Amino acid sequence: MRRVVVLGGGHSKFCYNSPKTSVEMLSEVAIDAIRESNLSVKDIQAVNVGNVLGDFSEGQGMVQSFFANDIGCFNVPATRFEGACASGSLALRDAFIWIASGYYDIVLVGGVERATAMGTALATRTFAMFGDSRYEFPSGFTFPAAFGLLAHLYAYRYGIPLERLKEQMAAVSVQSHEYAMKNPNAQIQKKLTKEEVLNSFMVTTPIQLHDACPFSDGAAAVVLASEEVARKLTDQPVYICGIGQTSSGKLSSQYRYLPRLRARELAAEQAYRMAGLTPKDIDVCELHDCFSIAAIIAAEGLGLFEFGTAGEAWERGETRLEGRIPINISGGLKAKGHPIGATGVSQAYELTRQLRGQLAEQGRQVDGARYGLMDTLGGDGVLVSIIFSNQ
Amino acid sequence: MEYKILFKDYNKALKQNRLLGLKCADCGKVTCPPMMVCQECAGTNLQIQELSGKGKVVSFTTSYLNSEGRENELPITIVLVELEEGPWIMGNLDDVDPKRVNMNLIGTRVSLGHRVFPGDKYSAGNAARPVFSYAEI
Ligand SMILES: [Zn+2]
Repeated sequence: MRRVVVLGGGHSKFCYNSPKTSVEMLSEVAIDAIRESNLSVKDIQAVNVGNVLGDFSEGQGMVQSFFANDIGCFNVPATRFEGACASGSLALRDAFIWIASGYYDIVLVGGVERATAMGTALATRTFAMFGDSRYEFPSGFTFPAAFGLLAHLYAYRYGIPLERLKEQMAAVSVQSHEYAMKNPNAQIQKKLTKEEVLNSFMVTTPIQLHDACPFSDGAAAVVLASEEVARKLTDQPVYICGIGQTSSGKLSSQYRYLPRLRARELAAEQAYRMAGLTPKDIDVCELHDCFSIAAIIAAEGLGLFEFGTAGEAWERGETRLEGRIPINISGGLKAKGHPIGATGVSQAYELTRQLRGQLAEQGRQVDGARYGLMDTLGGDGVLVSIIFSNQ
Repeated sequence: MEYKILFKDYNKALKQNRLLGLKCADCGKVTCPPMMVCQECAGTNLQIQELSGKGKVVSFTTSYLNSEGRENELPITIVLVELEEGPWIMGNLDDVDPKRVNMNLIGTRVSLGHRVFPGDKYSAGNAARPVFSYAEI
């Protein structure tokens, strides 16, 4: 298997009500990524795109082909990946496998979403399509509700008074807003206090508005290449050194394991094993904080904290830039934004910059970071872990 | 291989307050809602079993936001219930003022009823969902 390098990247500002179409958002960041890679569109051998709801938000299916054509990647194989919020991560992981296997040398990976065009009611409906439509949606299942169920279960399972857990959850959101203010691509550039979180609209108990990420529009892209090709193009290679992907079924079918997500733990195990690393080796992490409680559950499932303790870790500042394991220094899904098809690619873009030491100017560089871990959760059942290294 | 219980059959039974599950002859565990195989061991040696519909609440959430077209159901309390026979299922909880739902609900014994979600333009028809109420002791 060949080593695979992340070359250049492109990232739009995540936002509400983008005036640009999905094809336009994605095309702009893709050209940025190709130029930053010192390549031209003619060098791109294949295109992988994460996109989830284009069919509903713009009446646009198969965005990958229109996008490839728009940027002049005429007639290249273009493939759309759909795994709800982990779609971009699927596109990335498959591109890695294609290059590692020797079939392609250079693959463009993009992700895009324009969810806010749907409005909150339809967006909530379509996001709920990534739960079980026959056996759980009829009960009023939504993703906020799923994490409301997990939050109460978490408090019960670990014997944490709900009021304490709520404060820990608030600490997650407050930290994310703080770092998003340093990230020019972030959707929400606003300081948030614990009191504001705890006084915000109750979405579904115990999840309040500021425990939840926003609906978002945006795009991100990266170019992957074989080590041999990359050697001629960059002197700052960032390698993908571990990948993991798993699936799981409807929430109730995961029963006894909840609030832990077994599929995440297995995906992370695959990535750590492939990279020859353990959670202690990770210097910086971007994880799937679609809700504050989701961040807590993710950090534990990735092995970064003991079960039942991640919320305290956020409160103690262990997840901060200067902390033991900096998490979501981009602002996370909560404040950077969560255009679902783009999220995994955005995480890869962010970690690549961390590992190249390019974020000092923004005041959010993790000093000396060597290994970065990304974690993405799609719906009830797509989990992806990817580990990046700069050596 | 054919399903032992199709959604349409599960749905029809639930509309009569009958909850259908699958008992595995290999590992003894019960699967509900139904799947092609046993959710514990992936075995296919399954027998249809009508479940008691009794269990206890393992988690809950009261939603003040719902999908397009379902706003009239709000607020709605969603529960995960551990059935006496072992599996967990999702449903709603009746008989309770949403404002008075709190952590004490976890562990409460409940029994099954149903209500029908009439469906929307994406759902390929209606679907009965479990609606639980406090069990008579
Ligand atoms: Zn079995």
